[in-house]
Amino acid sequence: MEIRFEDVNFTYQPGTPFENKVLHDINFTIKDGSYTAIVGHTGSGKSTILQHLNALKTPTSGSVWLGDLEVTSNKTEKSIRDIRKEIGVVFQFPEAQLFEETVGKDIAFGPQNFGVSEEEALKRAEEILPVVGLDASFMDRSPFELSGGQMRRVAIAGVLVMEPSVLVLDEPTAGLDPKGQLEMMSLFNGLHKEKNLTIVLVTHQMEDVANYADHMIVLDDGKIVGDGSPRTVFQKEKWLRSIQLDVPNTVEFAKELIKDPSWSYDKLPLTLDELTQMIIKEIDHPEVERKDKQVRTDG
Amino acid sequence: MDKLILGQYVPGDSYIHRLDPRTKLVASMWFIILIFMASSWWTYLVLLGLVFVAAKISEIPISYYINGLKPLALLILITVFFQLIFAQGDTVLLEYGWLTITLEGIINAILIILRFVMIVMMSTILTLTTTPLEIADGIESLLRPLKRLKVPVQEIALILSIALRFVPTLMQETEKIMNAQKARGVSFDEGNLLERMKKIVPLLIPLFISSIDRADQLAVAMTARGYRGGDHRTKLRQLEWTNQDFYTFGLFGMVTVLLLSARFII
Repeated sequence: MEIRFEDVNFTYQPGTPFENKVLHDINFTIKDGSYTAIVGHTGSGKSTILQHLNALKTPTSGSVWLGDLEVTSNKTEKSIRDIRKEIGVVFQFPEAQLFEETVGKDIAFGPQNFGVSEEEALKRAEEILPVVGLDASFMDRSPFELSGGQMRRVAIAGVLVMEPSVLVLDEPTAGLDPKGQLEMMSLFNGLHKEKNLTIVLVTHQMEDVANYADHMIVLDDGKIVGDGSPRTVFQKEKWLRSIQLDVPNTVEFAKELIKDPSWSYDKLPLTLDELTQMIIKEIDHPEVERKDKQVRTDG
Repeated sequence: MDKLILGQYVPGDSYIHRLDPRTKLVASMWFIILIFMASSWWTYLVLLGLVFVAAKISEIPISYYINGLKPLALLILITVFFQLIFAQGDTVLLEYGWLTITLEGIINAILIILRFVMIVMMSTILTLTTTPLEIADGIESLLRPLKRLKVPVQEIALILSIALRFVPTLMQETEKIMNAQKARGVSFDEGNLLERMKKIVPLLIPLFISSIDRADQLAVAMTARGYRGGDHRTKLRQLEWTNQDFYTFGLFGMVTVLLLSARFII
């Protein structure tokens, strides 16, 4: 499902002394099947955009196209409710939304709201557990006796079970340990690759953007200031820092390397693999090899 | 959530904003007593004048006060309705079966509307111009004499200010969880009363759990910073009486004398 923002403006509490315009003329397109990262410093309007992605908020002016549905300021709650099945949102710290007595019932909550019978919903819940790395033995356990990481998996299962075609993730790895972070990101990447799920990732982790995303949107003060592939956006290192963002370690490393004129790259290395390839290629270069041998004979 | 005007402070620097919170608290309660002392049309006019002058110098748009009245509109209507039907009076204007509407009933109904509007507006002035923490400080200061009766005033004040402090946090949290559950297909504004009550469960349980967690964390943070409570605590914000406060009390004193004399002399 394609998502398109057309001249979207959003103002909190318009017409009061608390009036606060947070989105200014936002235009962008998230293509079907893409992996889009939305980055921006705290307070840049990321969460407001996120809430527009499944019509939890409607634009003050302009329109948001969610597939064939146009969401404008005067849409009623009823007319947009069904779109939320198609666009699953995993909020920040999603474990806070758990409430049922058992994991199974909690996961089955979403589908039941969209008219699936309890029996069928529970069956789907059991099927979805392995996808998030848990097994069927969790079905009858209370979500509140699980560890933080397990609770988050249950909450994510509760969104995946609705079989959305777009998955929106708001800092899904916040508060997890490094191993948990990697597992979580591989899980989403797997869903993107195998089920062709469109993914929208809101994050501060530039490494995740470099490793997984194929499209990147940069926000600053409620305006879009960058829109393109991570490789082109990460070229502008100084500019990114000026808006309180960062580049991945790999990019930083590569940029340090090419300060020495004997190093160069054809394309900016984003992932660890690409960086390794670049270095191997450069080491094969005779000049570098010579230096290398000299060091060895000296030793 | 935006409709909940009570407890919504509007920043400003008007005469009313600068008053001591104790003055505002006492004046609001004093005003309620004044309303019940009013006995004739012109005394109501005096009180109404007092409310409007106070609202005017608070420099807050009148729409805020109207919004403050909206939630109570139903309550006012019901009271007026019963007043119209059951009020006893001699001047019958309309009689239809068991239903009699009298002139006295209509007058009483109008007076009740006036009283409601005045009380609500006066307390709205208090909450719009005073931060919740100021109110808590004011209450603590006003309750201080009760300490002699072994009432734990400081603890009550602490509970009060913690509760007030966490109202916005709790509202944010509520919105976040509501959003998360809406994203899972709940529509909170659909269905009959029973269905709606059922939908509150996925909201309340996460809220309770996060509140208990938060209380725990707060207790640890307070202990870590050496909170002991009791008499030896000093205040960051000292309350001080100024001339403004004396003028305000002076005005209320004058109105009281006026109303009393209207009642007993004229």
